[in-house]
Amino acid sequence: MCIRQCAFEGHSYDPEKNEVISKEDVCVGCHRCVTLCPTNALTIRQTPLDFRANANWTARAIRDIIKQSETGGVLLTGMGNDRPYPIYWDHLLINASQVTNPSIDPLREPMELRTYLGRKPERLELDGNGGNYRPKEPLPPQLKLETPILFSAMSYGAISYNACESLARSAHALGIYYNTGEGGLHPNLYKYGKNTIVQVASGRFGVHKEYLDAAAAIEIKIGQGAKPGIGGHLPGEKVVEDISKTRMIPKGTDALSPAPQHDIYSIEDLRMLIYALKEATQYTKPISVKIAAVHNSAAIASGMVRAGADIIALDGFRGGTGAAPTVIRDNVGIPIELALASVDQRLRDEGIRHQASIVVAGGFRNSADIFKAIALGADAVYIGTSALIAMGCHVCQKCYTGNCNWGIATQDPYLEKRLNPDIATERLINLIHAWSHEIKEMLGGMGINAVESLRGNRLALRGIGLTDTELDILKVLPAGR
Amino acid sequence: MKRIFVKEEVCIGCRLCEIHCVVEHSKSKNIIKAFKDENPRILPRIFVEEKGKVSFGLQCRHCEEPYCLEACMSGALYKDEKTGAVLHNREQCVGCWMCVMVCPYGVIRRDLNEKKIASKCDLCLGKEIPVCVARCPNEALEYREV
Amino acid sequence: MRPTKPWFEKDISGCSLTGFISEDGKRVSGEAIIQSIALMNERSNGLGGGFAGYGIYPEMKDLYAFHLMFDNTLAKEETERILNELLFVELQEKIPTRKTNGIHHPPLLMRYFTKVDENKLFELEISEEDYIVETVMKINARVKGAYVFSSGKNMGTFKAVGFPDDVGKFYRLEEYQGCTWIAHGRFPTNTPGWWGGAHPFTLLDFAVVHNGEISSYGINKRYLEMFGYECTLMTDTEVMAYLFDLLWRRHRLPIEVVCMALASPTWTEIDHYDGTMELAKAVRTVYGSALVNGPFAILLGHKKGLIGLNDRIKLRPLVAARKGNTLYIASEESGIREICPTPEKLWAPKAGEPIMGWLKEEYQSEFELPRTRISDRERSEPVYSVSGVY
Repeated sequence: MCIRQCAFEGHSYDPEKNEVISKEDVCVGCHRCVTLCPTNALTIRQTPLDFRANANWTARAIRDIIKQSETGGVLLTGMGNDRPYPIYWDHLLINASQVTNPSIDPLREPMELRTYLGRKPERLELDGNGGNYRPKEPLPPQLKLETPILFSAMSYGAISYNACESLARSAHALGIYYNTGEGGLHPNLYKYGKNTIVQVASGRFGVHKEYLDAAAAIEIKIGQGAKPGIGGHLPGEKVVEDISKTRMIPKGTDALSPAPQHDIYSIEDLRMLIYALKEATQYTKPISVKIAAVHNSAAIASGMVRAGADIIALDGFRGGTGAAPTVIRDNVGIPIELALASVDQRLRDEGIRHQASIVVAGGFRNSADIFKAIALGADAVYIGTSALIAMGCHVCQKCYTGNCNWGIATQDPYLEKRLNPDIATERLINLIHAWSHEIKEMLGGMGINAVESLRGNRLALRGIGLTDTELDILKVLPAGR
Repeated sequence: MKRIFVKEEVCIGCRLCEIHCVVEHSKSKNIIKAFKDENPRILPRIFVEEKGKVSFGLQCRHCEEPYCLEACMSGALYKDEKTGAVLHNREQCVGCWMCVMVCPYGVIRRDLNEKKIASKCDLCLGKEIPVCVARCPNEALEYREV
Repeated sequence: MRPTKPWFEKDISGCSLTGFISEDGKRVSGEAIIQSIALMNERSNGLGGGFAGYGIYPEMKDLYAFHLMFDNTLAKEETERILNELLFVELQEKIPTRKTNGIHHPPLLMRYFTKVDENKLFELEISEEDYIVETVMKINARVKGAYVFSSGKNMGTFKAVGFPDDVGKFYRLEEYQGCTWIAHGRFPTNTPGWWGGAHPFTLLDFAVVHNGEISSYGINKRYLEMFGYECTLMTDTEVMAYLFDLLWRRHRLPIEVVCMALASPTWTEIDHYDGTMELAKAVRTVYGSALVNGPFAILLGHKKGLIGLNDRIKLRPLVAARKGNTLYIASEESGIREICPTPEKLWAPKAGEPIMGWLKEEYQSEFELPRTRISDRERSEPVYSVSGVY
């Protein structure tokens, strides 16, 4: 069975010796064979072919040079930055209230996670009198989320149809949203449109009138955390019939999105596109703009808000991808924690924080990361890799080959069957329920019963093992104060 | 009356159903012993048919009016009153294999060792859920009311 | 006197509070309020007490009375320079006090009756009240060792470190006559010994006394900072005063809506409301950062009346009573009965619903009074005792 299940042909049967033999050098560590083996006979270890210990010339550095001198090509990889840069979430600690403030029990008291994303007016003007007031004008369009978690942009093409369907169905069941990514929207998924955020990326794949009308919100993708500064990449092997139709490109061609959006060369061009989309949808849907977290994210974010964006999506350098050049994924961009802290503070300093909601993405691994992000100022969090892991991914980073053994990052129909949308939907729902409950427990522990009181409340966090400068950027006190 | 239905769009052709069927009908009920030690090895009662990307597991349909029952000379095949399943009595079977010939689904296999039929699904003899359904990793088999 | 920690530590407010308003404008001396708060001394630890009275300066009722505390003469001089630059100071004098056992090392306490130069307003194009707020923020933030206790017309805040009855004696409150009085006794854990940390916290004519802890302080503070308020007094109650100023005065929301923003109903309730659903949803969406989370019971005094409010799940006690034209609100029934032994009505307000008393002279007719569900309830309930014991 392991023979059949490995798309990388790692196992094979030798009829002469009546044995199953394994080819170690093609194993990617996806654990498919291990998981399905009925006798638990298999395990995966890092290959013991060691280079001599060298802190500078690591095995990886050496192997990469060898590969590049053989092929002359750009090294590709999948998923998010795996280098040991500091993870600031692990240096932030959460408060709990005792004695002076009672903690609240989420199992017995109301605990509210509902979040509305979109532009909000600075103040509310009311009509009416004594006991009977109404807002003078309706609020700008908002997205309603039952919990501050959304599914990140993963394009149809990078992931399989079954995976897209699972994300759509679970977003619908949970009362949250999922993002189509730049692959367009498959016609069968239009029925989940109310829970869909569609993306208009630099390649404008699949962008047409019905696409915009079907969605609940539209996102202009300027960049993504895994590869800031360059466009999306879908290798030709993955562009099959359905993908070709949905993206509106010829079959088998590499779908290489251009690096910039060629009609956005400066901030005023962005304003033009935002308002063009708002006009096209009669101002009924919020427009989101997604950028990667880079050095001047705060200034860019401020410009974006003034250009009319209703939601800002910030993708940190741990963000995942289906395919990206390794050197860009590992070296370009900054951690989302610092970017979020500085964007939130800058918008507040300029007095425009209410004009856009901030959604962050990039390597959120558990509910504590999400909680800390909200405390730093995020309105909601996009999860990508975590959602894929819920569906079966083991982060082997070979998405770009199209040979995903779990049926997620593949268009091969034989492999795609392995992802049963019924099972995957349920697993995603389970994950989000579990995390929401954990967030409620942490909120209750702090004596708060509504997530609005956590949002931006930096006093809820303390830093540990951080330098003074980092504490200053995060505007968080050190633990003990 | 519950029967097993297959969802071929999610069957991945892994054949874990066949493996667990063998274990369930073995003497030791232990997977390693069943495959390594027990001789002759038991045949699974469910077979995975596969061609290209299409695959699905197929076993006895436990028909309302089974052809195999009519064709059985010795009366070894009989219908269980409660569940309606078509069951096989090994002692009475003479190995004429008329049932094999007549089954329109081809789900009866011959046991070449003992010259009797060896392989026909028995719905795991009244277990709550048959093991092939329970152990399919992608929920491709369903046990539900007709 | 000012705590010497170089970093900020939020103080919490476990304590007692009481207040009353004579709706017909009848002014009474501060003795009654001292009596009421003194009864509840068990709830404080002697490290803070304070009072606010309205209608106490009738001869100068059109002037802004700044009550200031100075750590040293340098601070006083610098502040006076600022005040003279920004305002006309018609009269300045020491706040009259008497030596009291239990009040030690008082700072310099001064009061200034000021007027705003209309030309300045015209130049800057802001309202008189915004100008006063800016002046207060400037002094608090920029002058080291100077703190503005109150800045309203015909009202004043008196606070110190000590048990509240000692504080009342110290400030000779029996010599003042006011129509609205609120008082507070403190149980601080973070800034013991600092006069500025006592309640009430005042801005213009809004004076807030608070029992509880504001868990959402971090975000309330940052929200207010966006609008130019600076939270310098190291106590979470400060944000309450500023939130009322922002939402009620500057954004001109009706008072019931302000209370709805601070102690919002839950989304489940909003989903089930008919009629006011749009409003509640809009309020929560726009003013989410103004939602005050954590246990609180507050009394807000203002020039037109008195408001009592609890947090949305009523984690702190608050009891109200009426007799004749006077509305009483306090942390404990005993505090009310001490000065009003036979109230006509006595009740405990519901979570998130404000109790309001209004000075009749400020309104032409009954119909202008803001209505809340609690005021309907008030009218129909018979007398009963919260404790069940007479």
